[in-house]
Amino acid sequence: MTCVETFQAYALRSIGLGERLLPRSDFTFCDHVVLIGSGLIWNLYFAICALALGFFFATGIALARNSANLLLRKPAEWFTFVFRGSPLFIQFFLFYEAFTLLPRAGIDLNLGIVEINIATSWITRAWAGALVVLFLNTSAYSGEIFYGALRSVPKGDLEAADAYGFSGWRKFRRITWPTMLRLAWPAYTNEAIFLFHATTLVFFSSFPAWQQKGDALYYASYLADKTFNPFIAYPVLAVYFMALTLMIIWIFGRVNRRLNSHLPSNTRARIRPRLFPMR
Amino acid sequence: MFEFCADPKSLEGARWMVCYLTTGKHLLFYQSFLLVIGLMLVTVPCALAMGFLGALGARSSIAPLRWLGKGYAALVRGVPDIAFFLFVPLALDQGLEWLRHQVKCPDWDAPVRQGNDFVVCSAAKLPLSSSPQWVHETYGIILAVAAFAFVFGAFASHVLSGAMNAVPRAQLETAEAYGMTPRQTTWRILVPQMWIYALPGLSNLWMVLIKATPLLFILGIEDIVYWGRELGGMKTSAYDYPHGDWRLWYFLALLVFYLMLTRVSEIVLSRLTRRLSHGQATMAGEEMRRA
Repeated sequence: MTCVETFQAYALRSIGLGERLLPRSDFTFCDHVVLIGSGLIWNLYFAICALALGFFFATGIALARNSANLLLRKPAEWFTFVFRGSPLFIQFFLFYEAFTLLPRAGIDLNLGIVEINIATSWITRAWAGALVVLFLNTSAYSGEIFYGALRSVPKGDLEAADAYGFSGWRKFRRITWPTMLRLAWPAYTNEAIFLFHATTLVFFSSFPAWQQKGDALYYASYLADKTFNPFIAYPVLAVYFMALTLMIIWIFGRVNRRLNSHLPSNTRARIRPRLFPMR
Repeated sequence: MFEFCADPKSLEGARWMVCYLTTGKHLLFYQSFLLVIGLMLVTVPCALAMGFLGALGARSSIAPLRWLGKGYAALVRGVPDIAFFLFVPLALDQGLEWLRHQVKCPDWDAPVRQGNDFVVCSAAKLPLSSSPQWVHETYGIILAVAAFAFVFGAFASHVLSGAMNAVPRAQLETAEAYGMTPRQTTWRILVPQMWIYALPGLSNLWMVLIKATPLLFILGIEDIVYWGRELGGMKTSAYDYPHGDWRLWYFLALLVFYLMLTRVSEIVLSRLTRRLSHGQATMAGEEMRRA
């Protein structure tokens, strides 16, 4: 098989298009690059969806934690404590088991006039179930970051907003929220990187890779197992992840510039790449 | 374990539960908690040692060493850690076997890599195929510790080099003024003083390490996740203690275990920070002085 044929057969293998059978022998370097690259679709899908959904929920969590109302604050604090204090790996297992306990036939909901059936089988699949876990997990971590930023919004900004007659939703939307985002952004960039890296855990926890549709690490370990040679598959994976990590830093850097554009250039927050995965 | 557990089928209620929770397999489950904690305690000095080397390397005046130190940190930052947990044990195992193969069987002429196989002479196998089961298990655990030390060494090196840079320059200059040699300055002033600056980073590292321990399961070690799955799975009436699928409850217990571990660590570490802040030229130290 030439490299072009390999590409046609396996480039979309991870979402079930192309050749059904994975290569079984005579692995070429091209196989490695195409198959592992194909798996990246899942990593990107999980990372982008979880981050996009988690962003809004995290803002809510930060606001709830900052609220004077005990009924809002306590649940938000517990949510953050549970998801930040326990390993993501265990969360995957726990949620998978909880999802499988839902009745297979779906839940019948009686709405008086009509009876509707809520299907539950899809939630045990990785694309939905793992996304839920990643969403909750990243919400807790980002919520903590946003909360810290919210607490350090300069008092002067808020007083100035009051003086200009801003209040309620408009004050939040125009003043508090952009400032909070600006302060949180460097830390949030790191969170995005760690979340992206954490997506490789999905198919190594309990979520099954249905029809061998897996993520990049799933294919890398498949190839390393078959060839019994870790020195090709994992470096290929490493190069992919390094490149995408740099891309995340670049994209978030652009946003950071926009968030800081009103400040004199010497007071802008710079994104400092951090080394800690926080899971 | 207890006398009344002799006939499990006749037990009911609380007694059933007591007997169920003290079966031989459950005792192994409890032991695996100790294994996990022990493993963390072994990993910490290894990771700190790796980190120390990395930090010294990154500050070195010899360019290749500096590149190595910085490249190491950048590599671990850019790639998911579980890729390293899968890669390092396998690579280390093959590397060691290959080295032993070169030493022990010099007149072996077949290539080591034959298609999809990795073939070394039987004297070079690690551990030897004749060695008992516990040697194989210990070897697996050592490889796992090496993988953890590799990943966490990079984090520790980041923390330690930051801490070394944070020690006030004036303290080092004072040491020099008292006539200490550079080596004496490093070991008597820099190293003792850097810990308070390293502590927040190291506390964070400890938390991350706690949360990385369930990944031992992927390395094929019989850790708490392994036993949780094993014991929680449905048991038919062919077993002494039949029950349904209880994995959810086992994982819930693991979750609580980890929450407790991180919470206790947090409290202990904040006390330690307080202690180490005494008499330091930092904000916390200054506040204690005034009080």
